[in-house]
Amino acid sequence: MEKLISKYFVGGESFGLDAYEKDGGYGAARLIFDKFDAKGLIEEVKKSNLRGLGGAGFPTGMKWSFVPQNTGKPVYLVVNADEGEPGTFKDKYILWHVPHLLIEGMIIAAYANNVHKAYVYIRGEYTEPYRKFQQAVDDAYARGYLGKNIFGKKYDLEIVVHRGAGAYICGEETGLLESLEGKKGFPRLKPPFPAVVGLFGCPTVINNVETLSYLPFIINRGAEWFAKLGSEKNGGMRLFCVSGHVKKPGVYELPLGISLRKMIYEIAGGIREDRKLKAVVPGGLSAAILSAGEIDIGMDFDQLKAAGSMAGSGGVIVLDETVSMVEALMVTMRFYAHESCGQCSPCREGTGWVYKILSRITGGHGRSEDIHNLADICSFMGGTTICALADGAAMPLRSYPQKFRSEFEAYIREKRSSEAQQPGYESAGSEIKRGEGVGAIL
Amino acid sequence: MNQELISKIFVPEIKKKTDALVARYETRRASILEVLRLLMDYYGHLTLEIEEAVAAYLGIPPIDVREVVTFYTLFYTAPKAKKRFNVCRTLSCHLMGSDKMIRYLENKLGIKTGEMTPDGEWSLHAVECLGACEIAPMLQFNDDRFCGHLTEKKLDELIESAKKGEQKTSSGKKQAAV
Ligand SMILES: Cc1cc2nc3c(=O)[nH]c(=O)nc-3n(C[C@H](O)[C@H](O)[C@H](O)COP(=O)(O)O)c2cc1C
Ligand code: FES
Repeated sequence: MEKLISKYFVGGESFGLDAYEKDGGYGAARLIFDKFDAKGLIEEVKKSNLRGLGGAGFPTGMKWSFVPQNTGKPVYLVVNADEGEPGTFKDKYILWHVPHLLIEGMIIAAYANNVHKAYVYIRGEYTEPYRKFQQAVDDAYARGYLGKNIFGKKYDLEIVVHRGAGAYICGEETGLLESLEGKKGFPRLKPPFPAVVGLFGCPTVINNVETLSYLPFIINRGAEWFAKLGSEKNGGMRLFCVSGHVKKPGVYELPLGISLRKMIYEIAGGIREDRKLKAVVPGGLSAAILSAGEIDIGMDFDQLKAAGSMAGSGGVIVLDETVSMVEALMVTMRFYAHESCGQCSPCREGTGWVYKILSRITGGHGRSEDIHNLADICSFMGGTTICALADGAAMPLRSYPQKFRSEFEAYIREKRSSEAQQPGYESAGSEIKRGEGVGAIL
Repeated sequence: MNQELISKIFVPEIKKKTDALVARYETRRASILEVLRLLMDYYGHLTLEIEEAVAAYLGIPPIDVREVVTFYTLFYTAPKAKKRFNVCRTLSCHLMGSDKMIRYLENKLGIKTGEMTPDGEWSLHAVECLGACEIAPMLQFNDDRFCGHLTEKKLDELIESAKKGEQKTSSGKKQAAV
């Protein structure tokens, strides 16, 4: 299968500017100024069926067409490189191995939206990817590909590289904007959407690193070609991140719509020690879990949604037969309890209580009513909050006990306990304090 | 009083760097994450005095700085250990044995998760997904280098090399696991 972005994922270093140009790099960025006006470029991206690869899968061209160009205010481009969805590690590879591809994609997106200043928000823990990307930006400035009159055209583009400081919620696009403005990352009520009122009150385009990195390919080889690579309304390929109990974990660039079975058994080498598959998280931690019987499915936004899960960020986490689903759910909900920003009560309290109940169960003190209580809390967590973090937490919370109910019942009945919850490890929630939910005051 | 505090914290070298950071943004406040990081790198951790100076310098209330400092996990408000292990414990790492790695480090260092050794040399933290699940179980050393495919033997080696003060930066080969 042909590789697009991932053909650059070789060796330990970045493709420097010279190497990238030798490979045809920045050809697409030069081309657009003569070939397209901004509107025409948006139409081209629409035709490619490129979807947002940060998690929501929103059609990129359509998002751009919502940006008002007559407000008298500048339009900003913000690149989401916060990569916090557990199970996801693809953007790190782009920043690390081929930073110029992202810069080229940014130039294309900027031109389509009349942007002259762009920010890249990189998660704070990505120290080396940050250094490599910043170096690439410096090199691009030095060669006149950023700054004033880029490529000798009448077009200016400035890029500012900004680092986060450790908060999953800052991957949510409006939490990210708040953080970029120098505040804690409390997501904003929508509407207005960032396209209309975004960074510093101005219209703002927010896209994921990977989404933008496909733009040079679309320009070079055509929107129709890209659209045909994927499935219906899901153009192109994406970087699937496969981790957990497979023989060959890693980043695999595959067409949207590829079979999950094929991905696990052929591409990622199958299950370690040839054990049996138990379950798969198909699109980052926030996607509803699929049982082993549900893997004959095409991995695109629409098919996974129809199956009650989501394609999300492309993080595929594989669980083999040895896994305790109760412990896996406790670990999962501990993440949300830790990362809830605390702004909305259903999320702050809900994730805190759920984690408290689950760690009671994995501590060997589960009660028979706990399964019911989890479902009850779950029922008020979805759709009741400012952002989608709680909806993301509700997906595993609903699907694990639904699909593996007998395991939860047995775990409680037999008073099993987990290594992750032994005394001396941590008392549940003691260090969970960001949103100061229930979990914090145990 | 503010002016005094500002010149105490923003010594010439730091002031110059701060001004360059501030100049990148539309508002002074937007530079705060980068400015706090700069000050933390220089002073080791963020004190209330530093927070106040930042508030005065960026022209925002001290409570707003406090909110930011306490919201994000990468800001230290107390002295940090010289050698810090942040072990990831989210799902992919959990599946690959992060609990065992954490327990091993606890025993080896004689501290519990979240603690620092009394001599201030070592600390151990459990953290959430660091975006390196392909090399699970993994940890981040001193908030910089990623170390993956952890085993007890690897942890022993890591401790030994940290003792010798080998300050390797992250090596691409280690992370590029495809
Ligand atoms: C809680 C939460 C966390 C998110 N984290 C990320 C992230 O780390 N990276 C990302 O690109 N998108 C993330 N998103 C999705 C963004 O809100 C947004 O949809 C995306 O950046 C848009 O870019 P795209 O259309 O190119 O995907 C997150 C969403 C939510 C609700
Ligand atoms: S789960 Fe540990 S790095 Fe992602």
